[in-house]
Amino acid sequence: MKFINKIQVANLKGRGGAEFPTAFKWLSVAKGHLKEFNQPVFVVCNGAEGEPGMFKDGYILQNYPEKVIEGIKIAMDTLGAEKGYIYLRQDYLKKFKNHLKKYIGKLPIELTAEKIGYLGGEETTLLETIQGDRPEPRLKPPYPTEFGLLGCPTLINNVETFYQISQIQHNEYKNTRFFCISGDAPKKGVYEFPVDMSIGEILKRTKNVPRFNYFVQVGGGAAGEILTKEELNKPLIGAGGIIIYNLKKTDTKELIKKWVNFFFDYNCGKCVPCREGLYRLKEMLQKNEIDMVLLRSVLRTMRDTSFCPLGKSVYLPIDSMLESVKVNYKNKRDTK
Amino acid sequence: MKKITIKIDDKKITCAEGKMILHVAQENGIEIPHLCDHPDLQVKANCRMCVIKIKGRNGLFTACSTPVEDEMDIITDDREIRRSRKTNLELIFGEHHLDCENCTWGKRCGLLQYQKPLRAKITRFSNRKEKRPSKQFGPIIFEGKKCIDCRNCVEVCPVGYYEIEKRGIDISIEPSTNKNKDCVYCGQCIVHCPAGAIKSDGEFEEMEKVFELKKQGKVLVAQFAPSIRTSIGEEFGMPYGSIATDKLSAALKKLGFDYVFDTSVGADFTTTEEAGEAIERILSGKDLPIFTSCCPSWVKYVEFYHPHLRKNISHARSPQMMLSSIVKNYFAPKQKIDPKNIVMVSIMPCTAKKYEASRPELNFENGLKPIDYVWTTRELAWILKDKKIDLKTIKDDPADNPLGDPSGAGVLYGASGGVMESALRTAYFRLFGRDLQKVDFEQVRGQDGVKRAVVRLCKPVKFGGDKCVELRVAVVNGLKNAKIILDELKQDPKKYQFIEVMACPGGCIGGGGQPLPINEEIRKKRSASLYQIDKTKKIRLAHQNPQVQQVYKEFLTDKKLTKKMFEVDFKPEGKSKIKIKK
Repeated sequence: MKFINKIQVANLKGRGGAEFPTAFKWLSVAKGHLKEFNQPVFVVCNGAEGEPGMFKDGYILQNYPEKVIEGIKIAMDTLGAEKGYIYLRQDYLKKFKNHLKKYIGKLPIELTAEKIGYLGGEETTLLETIQGDRPEPRLKPPYPTEFGLLGCPTLINNVETFYQISQIQHNEYKNTRFFCISGDAPKKGVYEFPVDMSIGEILKRTKNVPRFNYFVQVGGGAAGEILTKEELNKPLIGAGGIIIYNLKKTDTKELIKKWVNFFFDYNCGKCVPCREGLYRLKEMLQKNEIDMVLLRSVLRTMRDTSFCPLGKSVYLPIDSMLESVKVNYKNKRDTK
Repeated sequence: MKKITIKIDDKKITCAEGKMILHVAQENGIEIPHLCDHPDLQVKANCRMCVIKIKGRNGLFTACSTPVEDEMDIITDDREIRRSRKTNLELIFGEHHLDCENCTWGKRCGLLQYQKPLRAKITRFSNRKEKRPSKQFGPIIFEGKKCIDCRNCVEVCPVGYYEIEKRGIDISIEPSTNKNKDCVYCGQCIVHCPAGAIKSDGEFEEMEKVFELKKQGKVLVAQFAPSIRTSIGEEFGMPYGSIATDKLSAALKKLGFDYVFDTSVGADFTTTEEAGEAIERILSGKDLPIFTSCCPSWVKYVEFYHPHLRKNISHARSPQMMLSSIVKNYFAPKQKIDPKNIVMVSIMPCTAKKYEASRPELNFENGLKPIDYVWTTRELAWILKDKKIDLKTIKDDPADNPLGDPSGAGVLYGASGGVMESALRTAYFRLFGRDLQKVDFEQVRGQDGVKRAVVRLCKPVKFGGDKCVELRVAVVNGLKNAKIILDELKQDPKKYQFIEVMACPGGCIGGGGQPLPINEEIRKKRSASLYQIDKTKKIRLAHQNPQVQQVYKEFLTDKKLTKKMFEVDFKPEGKSKIKIKK
């Protein structure tokens, strides 16, 4: 409990993208454990990192595996967890398996593979996957902290979050986070900066301010928001990705198609707006003329009524692109 | 449970904490559009039609999956909510083949019901599933091009026969190809499908055939099952639970049937036979517990999933079969009708009865089939509407004699516990040679999935004393619950002596061939009316039915003949083939 207090003082927020206060999550698991004392508690380290343009978890696993394992161990000790899992996208598992095993040693931590890409990183889908069930999101509530793996209280934190836990333990946490810079950036890579540094400042510090006309996508290469260079004077919220696009070289229509295809490929098929909406978006984008009213109402309905974050997040990149960057769609009037 | 106060559309409502908003709204007469939610099933929140707003919170929430909290202030309708529902409904229409004329819902489905008020355009998107095939297994047909992927069928199937295949846009519900799984034809998937994507063989294309046969000089005979009298009225706008026995026979006659009989009389024969068999087996201890045999899904379930228990099934034929035995072998010759000229149409609340009628083991010695056609309640309603016969306004005309007037016990067959109760009433007579004074067996009534009772039958003191027999009985409705009882039997094979199982929740009143919608409230009302009929009948014991007594006296004079007419020994076949129709 003392340690949870320390997390709270540090004001650590989840680094998976949802920015949920970490101390809250831990407390909630502890409470769940108190309610059902006979049930085991599980700790899961989420390293599914399925969003395009995101590679900081891989970077951390490569460079600081001991810190990640330490973070998981602290969580397990603090919460009295029986078992820990490191849930990794398949290439990470292959790449870091031996490496991680060395640091795990005799700790009850199991390495396990993500199976379906992208959606596999959504935390309830992750639970279904580990259980061996059909990988699909669960209804919330109940939340995983209370009713998680096999119905037991479960803590799910991102790789980076566990890294920062270890930093907090050693009093070395400096309110920083990792940023992935990619796309048409001259200096691609993973950088660590204070959480509240503005996007523009990050680009400046990393010598990534392009000389060409550009726009950026922040948060993630599929679900992230599109910002013009005038909109960069604010800190990044969400997943820590910054992708730079050369305006001249980028076919924005193709980019939107790419996003839609990405979501289309990874949607699980459970709910109507996401399954059917993505199909119709794809269908509409293949045509020369687009009914913009219909396109927007499908996007809005997906945002407002989808079951899980996948369907909800299709709206933001497309809408912000249409708002900020000119996209040459031929508008077809609805023939009502 | 804690009571809380909430507001829905500014209406103050007191309700139990933890219930879902949708269900609280429904209980208070506030309709929120929904498709995948069904009171019999778990909350899935797949269709996203029931979105609402909660004041003070951002975004939309699905009413089916959001529990009420104290002082919650809910808005169920505004521009934004409508817009979302409209788009989702249009997307759903984009994966649904329209065939409203031939739909199990008869144009009363949620899709159409919400389409108008939401001003949704049915053809906004073309049906992307148009090329999906239909698959038939036994009498059940699953039409892929109508399925809206809600998964109700997957959940409701008692044997896990439906499987979810693939992901995303290619997701589809498929009958299992696993050789250890087979459909038992109960049709619960049909009555839980919001989109009418599943139907039974014949719906709604084959009724006309029968009338062609009449033109060729055949004699049309109809029999109608016990449970139908309190359900078919719904199709004609009558309130749930309306009793329509004599309207039903009037409508059948008007439709062109030469004779209309009541399957409940068949049930009286079944009771007489089964009670006798039960008492015999209980006294001798052979092949116990005895299972009832009138539900063909249950019989198929035992045959396929628990073949070692086959010997426990009663040898008695089901009521529709017994009635047909008498019609074709006793009534026909008496009326100088060639049995081969009789076309027997059986109106059943059931899809598995279609399968039962096709089982060759039931054919008579001369090869003649007892039942020529089985129609579901829905099919009868469809053809009546087609012929402009309004059940609601038609003048009563009772069924024909000698096989048209059942005992109260025979009518109870339509409700869970009814077969057991009928059998107990007659068993008493078999044991003590006297009739029961108080005939109600409340212990076996009601909608509970599993009912257990120890029934003490005692000889009246004034007739020689205190001789008593204790019967350990169980009554199951809903095949999922049968597993509970079978597990108990595994632990203690002697736990029960007599077990009634009906595959459908509530018994036949909740059958897979019944009008839609079906839920517990509706099942209760249909069932209550059957008990009402029993209560008002002068004769409430099956063996006392003079029509039954007459047949035994005039026709079933030797045991061998009775056996031929009333018993069956099934030879189960393996897994049913899945036929694919493009």
